[in-house]
Amino acid sequence: MSPTIRTLKYAAIATALVLGSATSALAFSACQVTDTGGIDDNSFNQTAWKGIQDAQEQLGIEPRFLESQAETDYMPNINSLLGGQCDLIITVGFLLGDATQEAAEANPGQKFSIVDFAYDPAIPNVVGQVFATDQAAFLAGYLAAGMTETGIIGTFGGINIPPVTIFMDGFVRGADYHNAQKGTEVTVLGWDLDSREGLFTNNFESLDDGRAFAQNLYDEGADIVLPVAGPVGLGSAALADELGTDALKIIGVDADLYVTDPEKRHVYLTSILKRMDSTVFQVIEAAMNDTFEGGVTVGTLENGGVGLAPFHDMDALVPDELKAEIEAIRQGIIDGSIDVSG
Amino acid sequence: MTDQTASDPLTQKLLERAAPSRAEFEDLVIVPIFAVIVALAVGALVMLATAVDLPTIGQSYVALVRGSVGSLNALSETLTAAAPLVLAGLGLALGFRAGLFNIGAEGQIVIGGLVAVIVGFSFAGLPWAIHLPLALFAGALAGALYASIAGWLRAATGAHEVITTIMLNLISYRILDYVLRQPFVQREGRADPISRSVLDSAQLPGLLTWIDPNLRVHAGVFLVVLAVIVVYWLLFRTKVGFEFRASGKNPDAARYAGIRASFIIVAAMACAGALAGLAGANQVLGVLDRASPGFSAGIGFDAISVALLGRSHPVGVLFAGLLFGALEAGGRQMQVDAGVSVDLIGIIQALIIVFIAAPLLVRAIFPWGFRKSEAGRNE
Repeated sequence: MSPTIRTLKYAAIATALVLGSATSALAFSACQVTDTGGIDDNSFNQTAWKGIQDAQEQLGIEPRFLESQAETDYMPNINSLLGGQCDLIITVGFLLGDATQEAAEANPGQKFSIVDFAYDPAIPNVVGQVFATDQAAFLAGYLAAGMTETGIIGTFGGINIPPVTIFMDGFVRGADYHNAQKGTEVTVLGWDLDSREGLFTNNFESLDDGRAFAQNLYDEGADIVLPVAGPVGLGSAALADELGTDALKIIGVDADLYVTDPEKRHVYLTSILKRMDSTVFQVIEAAMNDTFEGGVTVGTLENGGVGLAPFHDMDALVPDELKAEIEAIRQGIIDGSIDVSG
Repeated sequence: MTDQTASDPLTQKLLERAAPSRAEFEDLVIVPIFAVIVALAVGALVMLATAVDLPTIGQSYVALVRGSVGSLNALSETLTAAAPLVLAGLGLALGFRAGLFNIGAEGQIVIGGLVAVIVGFSFAGLPWAIHLPLALFAGALAGALYASIAGWLRAATGAHEVITTIMLNLISYRILDYVLRQPFVQREGRADPISRSVLDSAQLPGLLTWIDPNLRVHAGVFLVVLAVIVVYWLLFRTKVGFEFRASGKNPDAARYAGIRASFIIVAAMACAGALAGLAGANQVLGVLDRASPGFSAGIGFDAISVALLGRSHPVGVLFAGLLFGALEAGGRQMQVDAGVSVDLIGIIQALIIVFIAAPLLVRAIFPWGFRKSEAGRNE
């Protein structure tokens, strides 16, 4: 058995050497470094990757990604993409902020873009992509407060960092707004606006944690849960699937999880969209057209950078009146008459 | 390993009698080498099974070599990844020699690294020559104390160290989460658990940054070489080392010979913890410059593989650590060049361990390899 394998291997190596030297085309290449959630996390990293894939389809760029398995991988992963093989390096996640800054300052000729981090002062070769996620989360909080039957809704996060807690801020304020407008007394578990403390799994990986945290919230009476922890939320979705959606509904984050998590799609009431795919695409386009400029892009409800996903299968459950109200609030946020920052 | 080259059969026999259960040359050297080869071959089969085409498989192995030893940056990455593995692996090897199956390197790395970071960002104004050794020592001491808890529990109550060290790992994560949120540790202006940055005076200096600022290899490699020598000396040239080994081979006989079993258990755990703590300090002072949840990155668990692969011999651990470091650095390049999932490297590492743990299997696959080496030895 072994000689055959070895022969195969040598043949393969030889072929590869020939092919390898030929494939380094002149195409513009965009490279993504993920955080520890992985490229197939159904949410955060995957959405950014979709932006690169869209650019591959429409602009003919050469895509590439590197997954980080641990926090210690951030720096070496970025380093291994240096040396001119990537025209644009896109690092995904707040946690890569330090590593990206270090690499960007050491390599001023390399273009970078980072999702969820804005540098102050700006670094000339880095575009930070940040999102006013609380605007969309506000709508989701209002929706959840209007839909709950127990009067209790819940949320939990991955790590207590701004790009996570901004979801929770908006969610809580949206529910509060519903209480104020409608005289309801919906309680939101899992996040305290004032003390900035709440429920956190302290990772972006463990589906078990996602299940356990959702179970705890459910045991406390919550019938709608918003997990803000990338793939961790898939564990919550599994629980909702078992309990039945009458007992527990999930609100997705980042991508429309009805689409990206087809197995459990029936448990999602809606998703808070953070359109990293569109901002990543725009940055790639800018870099290709030589209009790339360091700074910050902000995704809002107004420019479509954030939004609320369709209700899909649950559309019939959401009263028309509530839909109309949400649309009105959306307009209110855009024209500034409703302030989501409390 | 080195003294096995003695070709005189009589010396050979004497050596074997002096250390009757010492693994033979074949087990020490030939089996690991073949295990790596078989693992790479099976890894290729796994890739085939996941619909990766042949040229990509070849390309990925080329990338593995290129990314681990193919350039200055690759070598730098290999050494950077290997350093903590070797340090923690040495600690575990020491424990294994003393008959202690310590699973707690991960927790000891966490505690050691955490204390090293705190010392590293405190004491502004200390000169480099004092601050860095102080931070390293603090990390080693913290790791030693943390590991001693398991040692003491074993010696005093008989609680098995496998259980207690695993539990202590979990406790260490929570301690880390807690301490990183304390105002004197947490970085200013951040709400998430992340420590302040280590001061320049406590950093392990980069060795090649004058060539290229992206080369990450740092002075920790000297620490590694030093640790290998010290552990070798400790194990094979000192009374305590003899006591470690005697206790590991036969605890009852050691006790009748007057070796203080409780002392040996606690001492061995403390030494193991000190080395793991040093590995943690090495990471935060040399690579990361700060601590955050997950900075230990599973090094403590990989180090178990490294210690086993190195047959708990200091030199073996060094080479095993270098191999694992090379796999890590090369695995990254595999992702970059061939787009092969980095999980494959985990599979290859696991396969290596499986084949090492089953030497008979390797002997069965490569019967000729072992005949040849025996003939070579008898010449």
